[in-house]
Amino acid sequence: MAFGLTVSQTASWFAAGEHKLETVANVLQSIRPEADFSSSSNFISDGLLDSFDIVTLVSELDRTFNVSIPGIEIVPENFSSIPAIEILLQKHLPQ
Amino acid sequence: MNLLFRNRKISGLLAIVPENQRTFEEEMDQFDFPKARSLKLKRVMGYDRHRVVKGEVCASDFACYGLDRLFQEGLLARDGFDAMVVVTQSPDYLMPPTSFVIQGQLELREDIFCLDINQGCAGFIVGLFQSFLMLDQPSISRVVLINVDVLSRKVSPKDRNSYPLIGDACSIAIIERGEEISPIYANLKMDGRRREALMIPAGGLRLPASSATAVLESDGDHNYRALDHLRMNGLGVFNFVQSEVPPMIQDLLRSSDTPLQELDYFLMHQPNRFMLQKIADALQLPYEKMPSNVVEKYGNSSGVTIPIAIADNLRTQVVRQGLKCCLAGFGVGLTWASMLIQLGPLNFCDLIEYP
Repeated sequence: MAFGLTVSQTASWFAAGEHKLETVANVLQSIRPEADFSSSSNFISDGLLDSFDIVTLVSELDRTFNVSIPGIEIVPENFSSIPAIEILLQKHLPQ
Repeated sequence: MNLLFRNRKISGLLAIVPENQRTFEEEMDQFDFPKARSLKLKRVMGYDRHRVVKGEVCASDFACYGLDRLFQEGLLARDGFDAMVVVTQSPDYLMPPTSFVIQGQLELREDIFCLDINQGCAGFIVGLFQSFLMLDQPSISRVVLINVDVLSRKVSPKDRNSYPLIGDACSIAIIERGEEISPIYANLKMDGRRREALMIPAGGLRLPASSATAVLESDGDHNYRALDHLRMNGLGVFNFVQSEVPPMIQDLLRSSDTPLQELDYFLMHQPNRFMLQKIADALQLPYEKMPSNVVEKYGNSSGVTIPIAIADNLRTQVVRQGLKCCLAGFGVGLTWASMLIQLGPLNFCDLIEYP
């Protein structure tokens, strides 16, 4: 698993030129430079993100993607992997 | 529950903050976190400065200082009030109540109704409810509502999640009967099932304070606290606020038939900047209608953040004119409450420092 994705999923997302995925990965790395997100299947249970990191992450995602993730959706399961974050972002990005 | 009050007003307000100011940068070394990570959080949460007492200052010291100032300046007569409500989570003693300590210290008359309420971040609104109810009695014509907390003494200095945000403060509000301007609409909810989300585990009779409860323990995330210290389930409290507070305010506006645009200000309890901005976004409020500068200038002083927001941001306005405001508090208990009230014109509104 890489970034909470299977290897084939990761490959297909990148192959599809999925820029957002890369950006989310970069944002995560900027928050916890020492953490190895690529080998984690669950960022929360693996201890890579704590509640205050999630707050920082939301603030960075809001700024980077020009969205406002609703407070009610700031729950650990929405930040447990890159696909989870991607699904959350998709709901709030302008169509 | 929905509440309605008529002919009640706040006629004066004094906020008191400690002179002692500490900055996040000054304290950053005491936390077991990389500086870069802490600085990112500073921007998001609004960590900057906070006011904390020096030494062993207690709630009653703060309150007596503020009341003395009002007496000296002729803004309140020593025998000019019939009830004193003290809202605090950091009382001088388990017993007697802090209101009695203040009454005795200032040699106030015996014919006064002294009452303590153990409430936190919703404490200004809960205190207003109690003060308004007391005024139903013909023999009570003026209530002094004191919100005061010195919680810096109950937060671990090695807890980066809480210590940089905490602030000590006191406010004194004068509550009286008033002419009918507009009814005061309010609502209140409480949920003791979630009581452990915010608590100080030791120090009461369930777990008396001892050398064992004073031992610092890691939370597994580089914060160190003892059982004597305040503990907060950060994300749990955040989710509670985001799921309960915007609907509560929307309910209040709906039940009072008040359009959101009619209100001049939304004065919320201020735990941190991020939480407030998310509430503002949920309610589609312009940020300028919701002052959020208290936590970065003074720290989170639980029930005193709303009075400080008024005294810091609106003091020149509220002594001249009436402002239609929505107040909202949320925190320990858990408790969440909101109120639509016209603030002002007040006889006085000021913010002073405790030396």
